[in-house]
Amino acid sequence: MFGIKIMKKQEPSLWGSCFLFVGAVALSLGISGFLLGMRGNSPVGGIALLFKGAFGSRWALEDSLIKTIPIFLCSLGVAVTFRLQIWNIGAEGQFALGAVGATWLPLQFPGLPTALMLPGMLLIAMFTGGIWGMIPAVLKNRIRANEIIVTLMFNYLGTLFLEYLVYGPWKDPVSFGFPMTKQFSSNAVVGMIGHTRVNWGIVLCFLFGLAVWVFLRYSRLGFELKASGENVKAAKYAGLPYERLVILVMVFSGAMAGCAGFLEASANLNRLQPSIMVGYGYTAIVVAWLAQLNPLYIGIASYLLAGLKVGVENIQLELGVPAAFGGLMEGLILLTVLAGAFFTKYRISIRRKT
Amino acid sequence: MNVDILLPLMAAAVQSGTPILYATLGEILTEKSGVLNLGVEGMMMVGALGGFLAAHYTGSPFLGFLTAGLFGALVAVIHGSVCLVFQGNQVVSGLALTILGTNLANYLGTPHVGRAAPGFHSVVIPYLAEIPLLGPVLFRQDLLVYISYFMPILAWLFLKYTRWGLGLRAVGENPDAGSAAGLGALGYRWAGILTGGFLVGLGGGYLSLAYTHLWTNGLSAGRGWIAVALVIFAFWRPGRAVVGAYLFGGVMAFQLRLQATGTNLPSSLLLMLPYGLTVLVLVFSSWRGRGTEAPAMLGVNMEPMD
Repeated sequence: MFGIKIMKKQEPSLWGSCFLFVGAVALSLGISGFLLGMRGNSPVGGIALLFKGAFGSRWALEDSLIKTIPIFLCSLGVAVTFRLQIWNIGAEGQFALGAVGATWLPLQFPGLPTALMLPGMLLIAMFTGGIWGMIPAVLKNRIRANEIIVTLMFNYLGTLFLEYLVYGPWKDPVSFGFPMTKQFSSNAVVGMIGHTRVNWGIVLCFLFGLAVWVFLRYSRLGFELKASGENVKAAKYAGLPYERLVILVMVFSGAMAGCAGFLEASANLNRLQPSIMVGYGYTAIVVAWLAQLNPLYIGIASYLLAGLKVGVENIQLELGVPAAFGGLMEGLILLTVLAGAFFTKYRISIRRKT
Repeated sequence: MNVDILLPLMAAAVQSGTPILYATLGEILTEKSGVLNLGVEGMMMVGALGGFLAAHYTGSPFLGFLTAGLFGALVAVIHGSVCLVFQGNQVVSGLALTILGTNLANYLGTPHVGRAAPGFHSVVIPYLAEIPLLGPVLFRQDLLVYISYFMPILAWLFLKYTRWGLGLRAVGENPDAGSAAGLGALGYRWAGILTGGFLVGLGGGYLSLAYTHLWTNGLSAGRGWIAVALVIFAFWRPGRAVVGAYLFGGVMAFQLRLQATGTNLPSSLLLMLPYGLTVLVLVFSSWRGRGTEAPAMLGVNMEPMD
């Protein structure tokens, strides 16, 4: 008889992680290709078209970079909450509230100069997004309300609130019935860098990413955050300010998602409309976990998943593949990576039983 | 409000509460074994699609309903593999399952949007339907609603009085204690995941086979998440799940009625009702129960040993 022996490894190996990631993506691509085949598309051709659409031209690379910005910001916030073992899945709703907050300023005061307008929009967006993150945190601290469910419900509520505004009080009277606000005047639009189509928001990504990295690595509070995340009970016992940390990470996460909402409304759509909600907040969760909650890796993973979204748009256009194909691939990649991580953490040996 | 309006509304509450009831009971069984499966929304969607396709192609609604359950269990196998075999994080696995399940159902269902399937229609139960008040509300429903009346009782009897139910609960509280009896800790957790997935799938099947009778993408619209919240509201007890499910069914039915009567309230605000209520219910039950009723080992993986 043979038996399987499973032992915990001392340290997870870096090469193992890379190998695992590639393997997981390959497996997910295989299954996705099979699902394309079920529709009667060529699996290999479809996947090739997806990659071509995502990374095959300057236009495509720019498109991927444009989508990287909101995904990165949402994911950065989500990752910080995950570090504390706070399962914030509310980036989607915080993003919506940020977009709403940012839109309020140019609708209310269209004449503000750019130097006041853009910083004002950013701050309001971070504030409204932050509030939307803070309420679940307060509920968790005060009465231990499950943050997973509250943040998820806040996604539905936030998205519906945005829809209420653009279908109702904020609707442009000359939009021929389309649910959208008036177009922002140029003083409320974040510009593009040089001759690219990529907006200046990417600078914010660098700044916030760097700030989080420094915070986690060098600050006392960052250390306390990591320690509390490792073991909540021990942290509370040791007198670490756990509840304040919960508020802090949730407000930060909301502010980041809110900032993403501001950039999407201002730079990409130039107005608020329901199509702003494309699920960046959910993609952010996938990205945060793939990147092992590390700010630098989040940058890389955001770009890859942004590319996936662009690629899926391409095969949607060319092959008529349903939009859900993208989310399906995201789910597959996350599941395979999650399962595969086993092999970097444990050593498996087969030996003869006596 | 007079009886002519109230009774149909209560009957509609029972109908729209039924899929949530199936799903909540399923998640209770899973969580009792110590496994947190946040993939309810995904399992429900895949169950709904599986049930629809089976009924559409075979012409048998019964086969459809059964298939819905099997598809729910099939998706749950993924969660079991990731968490029980590969020691993956239960929260993240469940979220991934929701992302995968909802999108998979929408992807495979897109060509079928708007197509009809043979489903279940209301069957008036003689004599019982004549009882004043209760009759019109409870006994002029479809067969799947009648089946659902027995489910909480069965779940309660199973958990409380059978050896396997006892083992399941023991594993949720302490895997070491549970492993001594019957199936072994791992076996009980698998059983909890699979039966839970099956019931959640049935809830999805109810949506496509009895609620709409046709396929639309995004059919479950957050009902899976409401079920996850109701498990907490119910303090993991099948009996209380009934109250929660019909409460939400009532709100959903009420909101549909309001929209149909052409009220001035915008539909986006009306659609907020069930989600807002979920938060309120959760706040209320967390404040009352302080979460102490949760199985002690909920969400905690068992380290593999040789």
